[in-house]
Amino acid sequence: MAKTGVYTFLVCVLMGVTAYASFYIAPTESTMGLVQRIFYLHAPSGMVSLMAFMISCIGSVAYILTRKPKWDWLAVSSAEVGVAFCTVVLLTGPIWAHPAWGVWWAWDARLTSTLVLWLLYVAFLILRTMIDDADRRALVSAFFGVFTFLDVPLVYGSIWWWRTQHPQPVVFTSAGLDPTMRKVFYLSWLSLTCLMALLIRQRYELESSREELRTLEQELEAT
Amino acid sequence: MKNLDSVFAAYLIGWGIFFVFSLSVARRAAGLKEELGRLKERLQDSARQGK
Repeated sequence: MAKTGVYTFLVCVLMGVTAYASFYIAPTESTMGLVQRIFYLHAPSGMVSLMAFMISCIGSVAYILTRKPKWDWLAVSSAEVGVAFCTVVLLTGPIWAHPAWGVWWAWDARLTSTLVLWLLYVAFLILRTMIDDADRRALVSAFFGVFTFLDVPLVYGSIWWWRTQHPQPVVFTSAGLDPTMRKVFYLSWLSLTCLMALLIRQRYELESSREELRTLEQELEAT
Repeated sequence: MKNLDSVFAAYLIGWGIFFVFSLSVARRAAGLKEELGRLKERLQDSARQGK
């Protein structure tokens, strides 16, 4: 418990440092101006959401292979955290797009595939509430989780494969991103990854407590 | 300071979502912990009565 408290504190400090760096250390972009600072929240959130969905897919595949409940807990925990990060992406994107493009939304490949991804994972979470039997729920959602993950490479590759209105990648390419901007971006990515790990852990413990509750209820029924 | 309101809105919404999500997990965990405690007490009571 104390360990979790220390980790939570460290994540909060890291988030605070990232906020300071995003607002005061990163230089103001010459064309877009102040609104470009949304990039330090929007882009790392997108990458972290894809990481969370990847962890969820690993959990789903591992459950199908081993049928151990802990993998199902990991899959659902990561999916829920991924949906939270994807929601941030879908809301901060239009806030940036309106001053930059003049429209809130464009139905281009990157934006549409991200919205579809969000809808698929929300469906994944709703599906779980509709099945009462724990084993059946875990198996059905594991297969659905693997299917849902198929959209992730599509989201990632959409800006290379199709002509999109979404900006081209500037981080893992030789594009001229200012070195300070790049450092702030990496710091933001690190802090959001730590936040993702913390949230997945909290959510995983919740599933573990649910299992404990189910076991106790069965024991009580047996007595 | 053009578009400061957009930057402010984006960060407020982003951090708000993380905070609300974390709070929702903490609340669900607290509810479960309470229920677990109640069930454990009931189990101990029934074990005592069994003796």
